[in-house]
Amino acid sequence: MIQARAIHKHFGALHVLRGVDLAVAERELVFVIGPSGSGKSTLLRCLNRLEEPSSGSIVIDGIDLLDKRTDINRVRQRIGMVFQSFNLYPHMTALGNVTLAVRKVGGKSRAEADAIGLAALERVGLADRADHHPAQLSGGQQQRVAIARAVALEPRVMLFDEPTSALDPELVGGVLKVMRELRESGMTMVVVSHEMGFARSAADRVIFMADGAIVEQGTPEAVFGAPVEARTRAFIGQIQRHA
Amino acid sequence: MSFLDTFFNAAVMARYAPDILRGLLVTIRLAALVVVTGLGTGLALALLRSLGIRPLNWAIVFVVDAFRALPPLIIIVLIYFGLPGAGWAPSPFVSTWVSLALVLMAFAEEIFWAGLTAIPAGQWEAARSTGLGFGQTLAHVVLPQALRLTIPPLTNRTIAITKGTALGSVVALSEILGAASSAVSNSYNPSPLTLGTAAYLVLFIPVVAFGRWVETRFAWKR
Amino acid sequence: MIETFLNLDILRAAWPVLLHGLGITLLLSAMTIPLGLGAGLGLALLSTVRTRWVRWPLIAYVDLFRAFPPLVLLILLYAGLPFAGIEMGGFGCVAVGFFLNTGAYYGEVLRAGIESVPAGHSEAARATGLSRLQTLIWVVLPQAIRNVAPDLLSNTLEVVKLTSLASVVAIPELLFQSRQAQALTYNPTPLVAASVIYFVVLWPLVRLLSRLEHRAIAGRR
Ligand SMILES: Nc1ncnc2c1ncn2[C@@H]1O[C@H](COP(=O)(O)OP(=O)(O)O)[C@@H](O)[C@H]1O
Ligand SMILES: [Mg+2]
Repeated sequence: MIQARAIHKHFGALHVLRGVDLAVAERELVFVIGPSGSGKSTLLRCLNRLEEPSSGSIVIDGIDLLDKRTDINRVRQRIGMVFQSFNLYPHMTALGNVTLAVRKVGGKSRAEADAIGLAALERVGLADRADHHPAQLSGGQQQRVAIARAVALEPRVMLFDEPTSALDPELVGGVLKVMRELRESGMTMVVVSHEMGFARSAADRVIFMADGAIVEQGTPEAVFGAPVEARTRAFIGQIQRHA
Repeated sequence: MSFLDTFFNAAVMARYAPDILRGLLVTIRLAALVVVTGLGTGLALALLRSLGIRPLNWAIVFVVDAFRALPPLIIIVLIYFGLPGAGWAPSPFVSTWVSLALVLMAFAEEIFWAGLTAIPAGQWEAARSTGLGFGQTLAHVVLPQALRLTIPPLTNRTIAITKGTALGSVVALSEILGAASSAVSNSYNPSPLTLGTAAYLVLFIPVVAFGRWVETRFAWKR
Repeated sequence: MIETFLNLDILRAAWPVLLHGLGITLLLSAMTIPLGLGAGLGLALLSTVRTRWVRWPLIAYVDLFRAFPPLVLLILLYAGLPFAGIEMGGFGCVAVGFFLNTGAYYGEVLRAGIESVPAGHSEAARATGLSRLQTLIWVVLPQAIRNVAPDLLSNTLEVVKLTSLASVVAIPELLFQSRQAQALTYNPTPLVAASVIYFVVLWPLVRLLSRLEHRAIAGRR
């Protein structure tokens, strides 16, 4: 589904991604961990070209993402993204947030889009909040609307960048539940997160990144239970102590 | 060539440069007076308003609203041409100064007042509970926070109103524009206007740049 | 005293001219506001281009016209340009001068509005496949305009007041008419009446603004 090869990213003199290779199979859930500043967000953002890689190649669902002839806006509909800070549009209702791209990029009529949007909100358990504005929703509900916004476009892949990090602990569960259901429906997912419990139960593969490179990867049991690299061991020890 | 002769005529410029320079000094004096008196009275009104005396506050709000609604030019004209009918004939300088000061006072009062009310009641309560009086709380706790809030909007408003000194030319005040305009009609050449324009830019571009700096320096995170 | 400042006979005689003047004032406003908004929107959109070759000239332009007293600009166009063979007439000068001046101010307000929208919102929109332009129209501008609504309104109030400068180049708007009437009758009543008209027309706007600004400053804490 995703074939990213030798991705490098420079911000001026800063070399943030140092040759990352990432292949994700259809229906696979890849879980990415690593210290802050190790380039996890940058990698995700390269995967839908919110960030332009300095070099490398990315093919998603058979489409060469970095080809100048690729209509990136159409491809982005196939790649859902969920942000740490939700980024809901505050001037629109939950339904408005979900249907904007469905109408403007997908070209659906308002009625069609509303039906699609309501179905997406239903999937995240918030159909009854369709008319609420983001300010009237809790953080967890906002993040679920953000997930619905991506899901409504029927993406082939979904990228999650620390989707629960901005949430109060009691609101995390609802978001993880929605993610788990997505996973069970067969969605291909790349998830950057510190939620180890979720990784253990839902991830096919865990990747540990540090300093812009993949240091170690394997099944959750292998990486969490018996990490090979010293850096991985130190990092996992740290987050487990704080979990 | 003829364009240069017309708009940058050295002889004309040299002849009228002293006039323009005098005009520049008038503008600076006027602007300084307007800023000091306008901001001062504006702050005084806002503090008066914080005393919470009902009828007084209505009067303040009415005066403030009036000077925000009226174009500064009509205030200048009204004072200069109208007041003599009441037995006082203020000079062009005084007319312009009083008018602009009243306008700045109105805008400043509104901004100061908004700043004062933005400080939560808890600040007042905390200060009063430590034994500070009304005046002390205002001076040491509330005003310092409020002033910081008001600096960016106040700076921009002050700059905009200070530029109004040019309106004095309408009542024959020989500030920069007035001096330049009469020089143009005396010399049948627009070069004094070029000089006048340059004088305004030299005076106000640093002020505008300062305003920009203040805006970033005191920027708040939304 | 009342005979001087509120002379009813003079008021009755001057009333029709003053109303006509008010009409011209509103007409000038109705012309200047959309022109200035359009120019300002153009400037604000240009300022989203991050290249310094666009940014610097733009800042220079905006600051130039913020530093320029509008009356000086008007006189420059009206009394200066004819020496270069360009005669625009009073109305043309007002149109061009106010366009340049208010465009810069509206531009500054709208730029601040656009910058007040968190970058994450445009990113989220781009991630769902909206184009740059679609993102601007549907996600950024609605929020931007709402965030700076008080400033936009305040600027609009200033534009209406600004039209009084047109009297200097003999456009028969409210202030001009009242000055003519005052000069003719040697009585300030027409000036007082014009002030009252300005106040009555603009007071509702001032009240509204005072509420909005109050909220804006309180919200900055
Ligand atoms: N737009 C940017 N400009 C400059 N540096 C950036 C930018 N985005 C990220 N960085 C830098 O790249 C590094 C990796 O950031 P990020 O991918 O956000 O890490 P992570 O998500 O793993 O915490 C950090 O040092 C960060 O400061
Ligand atoms: Mg990150």
